[in-house]
Amino acid sequence: MDIFIQQVVSGLATGGIYASVALALVMIYQATDVVNFAQGEMAMFATYICWSLLNAGLPYWVAFLSTLGIAFIGGVVIERVVIRPVENAPILSIVIVTLGLLVIFNSLAGWIWTYVQKPFPSPFPSSPFRAGEIILGAHDLGQINVTLFVLLCIYLFFRFTPLGLAMRAAAQNPVSSRLCGIRVGWMLALGWGLAAVFGAVAGMMVAPNLTLEPNLMGGVQIYAFAAATLGGFTSPGGAVLGGFIVGVVENLVGTYVSFIGTELKFTVALAMIIVVLLVKPSGLFGSTVVKRV
Amino acid sequence: MSALLEVQDLEAFYGRTKALHGVSFSMAAGGITTILGANGAGKTTTLRAISRMVRTVGSIRFEGQPLEARATEDVVQFGIAHAPEGRGTFVQLTVEENLKLGAWGRRERGDLAADFERVFGYFPVLRERRRQMAGTLSGGEQQMLCVARALMLRPRLLLLDEPSLGLAPMVVREIFRILRTVNQAGVTILLVEQNAALALDLADHVFLLETGRIVLEGPSDVLRRDDAIRRAYLGY
Repeated sequence: MDIFIQQVVSGLATGGIYASVALALVMIYQATDVVNFAQGEMAMFATYICWSLLNAGLPYWVAFLSTLGIAFIGGVVIERVVIRPVENAPILSIVIVTLGLLVIFNSLAGWIWTYVQKPFPSPFPSSPFRAGEIILGAHDLGQINVTLFVLLCIYLFFRFTPLGLAMRAAAQNPVSSRLCGIRVGWMLALGWGLAAVFGAVAGMMVAPNLTLEPNLMGGVQIYAFAAATLGGFTSPGGAVLGGFIVGVVENLVGTYVSFIGTELKFTVALAMIIVVLLVKPSGLFGSTVVKRV
Repeated sequence: MSALLEVQDLEAFYGRTKALHGVSFSMAAGGITTILGANGAGKTTTLRAISRMVRTVGSIRFEGQPLEARATEDVVQFGIAHAPEGRGTFVQLTVEENLKLGAWGRRERGDLAADFERVFGYFPVLRERRRQMAGTLSGGEQQMLCVARALMLRPRLLLLDEPSLGLAPMVVREIFRILRTVNQAGVTILLVEQNAALALDLADHVFLLETGRIVLEGPSDVLRRDDAIRRAYLGY
């Protein structure tokens, strides 16, 4: 039982990472119908920036918040400079552009910071948290809190602020939004900025467990795809829940199904994607989008 | 008297296809003008040209200011509200959120409470449904929401594209009754309609559009007696 609870909590911790990246994917997908394959690499790049700021001597949370700011600006600039010119291109062209971004960020990180693994600090105490027989990692708990806090902020932003409302409107119905005077192009750019922020949070939270290297987010991105597929690419809440489910399932299966262990955990995510696409392609909470052609 | 809206030699293009072939007209402030015409005559395109949603050549002036170089997002700032073809409902947002978006582009910000009261006064059913998703409304209610959303801008000029389309006659009469009230409150209306009988009743001035050209214009009570109009559009 103790092991079970420990595994669930650590599953929730990594699940929060997947949830953040999945939310970033879903946000961009809803606004632009594009899956951003570079989401994970953008997050990795942001994490390196944080690492550099820390090396320059900044205190952790100052570096953390500065990185979020830089990630936001970076996301906006990428949308304006790289995505905007291909906005009306066929969907496949845009997908190729995001794949190109993936390769560029990966190589750029390797070129600037080399491929040598770097330790990345956790802002949380290293001594584990004990409750009776159950031992929980302090970083895991801190990570869950940070993720939940970010998710809460973003929910409040979209639900209750005029700008959040305008962003939702621009994603749903660009033509009507323009007629209301909403600058749809900028709303999409803001969406990319926010998505980059979620990614950066995920990267900085996951890096202490994995050590920092240019392929930091490769696995996370796959799990995030599984999460978004499971919850539904049309449902932000579903994607978040999907993230936590994938995290927990991944951990429990790795612990209790002996032949899977740690080596085949990855396969579980891919199997989940396939099963969801076969059984309920719109995901648990997604709605089937009917497009008139 | 200077015109509120003045359109001169307007040509509009979809890709390389020309949809308007030199349309010129002007509208005084305060009235209701309607553009009649068959499917594909260019009625919707004329409204879309004013809202800068199609590529055009020619001049469009609102209170003397040129609109041609403006983006769609900027046209609302002149006080021009466009209730588009197909209603343009934000189906996954609540009625209240739809209305808030209608006020997004207006110059004077400030309290929306008075505006909500005003549009709920016109359309009481929207008050009952204010927390409901707009996609769950009936067609008539969505058309009301569309007009209400446009009114949230406190517009000087209201562009209406086929508000009667697909609605039951009773609902249509209700909406047209309210449009008259809205007009009496000082909003100039440019109405595009296929239902000529209804439009002629409401409007004081009429333009008849045929394949991208204005072929006839005049006060509606004169045109109602015109033989060509009667045969082609009123059916008696």
